[in-house]
Amino acid sequence: MMALSKKMLEQEPSEIEMLLPWHAAGTLNARDARRVEEALARDPDLARQYAVIREEYAETIGLNETLGAPSARAMQKLFAAIDAEPVRQPSALSSLSSRVAAFFAGLSPRTLAWSASLGAIALVLQAGVIGAVLVKNQSATYQTASLTADTRAAQQAPHALVRFAPEAKIADITALLDAYQASIVDSAREGMFRLQFGSKAMSKDEVASLMNRLQGEKIVSLAVPAQ
Amino acid sequence: MQVLYGRHHVRVFRFGLRLVRDEQIAEDLISEVFLDVWRQAGKFEGRSAVTTWLLAITRFKALSALRRRKDAELDDEAAHAIEDASDNPEVAVTKKDTGEALRKCLTALSAEHREIVDLVYYHEKSVEEVAEIVGIPENTVKTRLFYARKKLAELLKAAGVERGWP
Repeated sequence: MMALSKKMLEQEPSEIEMLLPWHAAGTLNARDARRVEEALARDPDLARQYAVIREEYAETIGLNETLGAPSARAMQKLFAAIDAEPVRQPSALSSLSSRVAAFFAGLSPRTLAWSASLGAIALVLQAGVIGAVLVKNQSATYQTASLTADTRAAQQAPHALVRFAPEAKIADITALLDAYQASIVDSAREGMFRLQFGSKAMSKDEVASLMNRLQGEKIVSLAVPAQ
Repeated sequence: MQVLYGRHHVRVFRFGLRLVRDEQIAEDLISEVFLDVWRQAGKFEGRSAVTTWLLAITRFKALSALRRRKDAELDDEAAHAIEDASDNPEVAVTKKDTGEALRKCLTALSAEHREIVDLVYYHEKSVEEVAEIVGIPENTVKTRLFYARKKLAELLKAAGVERGWP
């Protein structure tokens, strides 16, 4: 297999090699994902190339996320154009609504469904732990809701967008959150979770080192710093 | 339509912007794309994901806009800019930041390569979905991404960044 991937660079790429980017993105079917995993375990050259691909994958997401969003002008223009459209016949409207309903039926890719359920379970688990801690430490004192120094520091704690590997189990994820003193603060875009690490601000180097460690975790398929 | 727009307009905008490289044109594109969706909703057969359909329409409209602008010249300029940067002594500093160099080189890829990289990595489209959006056979999708990655490696090498592949 090592010879195969080297040969590819001079000639044609192998089928497995061409599938690596989709494996990094988690969009392969189970059979192909297994084939790629097996090949990666056997072939160090292929594994090195996969590491390069994961870097490309993370930077492509990072680059796209910096592109911002369109202004309100685009939406105003769209809805003005729709308002100017000729009125549709009732039958057409009913057909339209059924088609729109069909859209939404097709909205959930497998990964989204998986992530959503996993995220929900993880959040429930976290809520349970937090609830248990609160009940245990409950006292009869009151606190004002002013912004304390601790709260401010917590707001500056590093955040990251993280995607867990499809084979990650809930137990693995909770162990990882524990090990990194991290908590899930939000489920961001498809399949990604926003994690907060600790409660204090970190230097740029510390954040970079944290991201490297995180990216090296077996159950993490992507970790990028977030605001 | 508002729900559909609210859910997908940012992705459509970013995909269009990466192709046309002009915010004004990208904003015009999203209005045109969603207006087309409004007009053609009856033709949507539900066999593919909505995002696949939206991205295919966006691509078609972006390429039409590019043809109008003869964007190929811009691609060449961007590629030259990357190559020129390799002669700049300040590149030694940026070499340390592979991530930054990677982003610059991702921007310098041709429109054909940019779209396939974005569709797979950012929009998380499968081989089949990319084939449907771009209108090419699945095997071509795989080889095109492979050669886009090779081109990316060449641009990085020209900018002084070695990553051990190829």
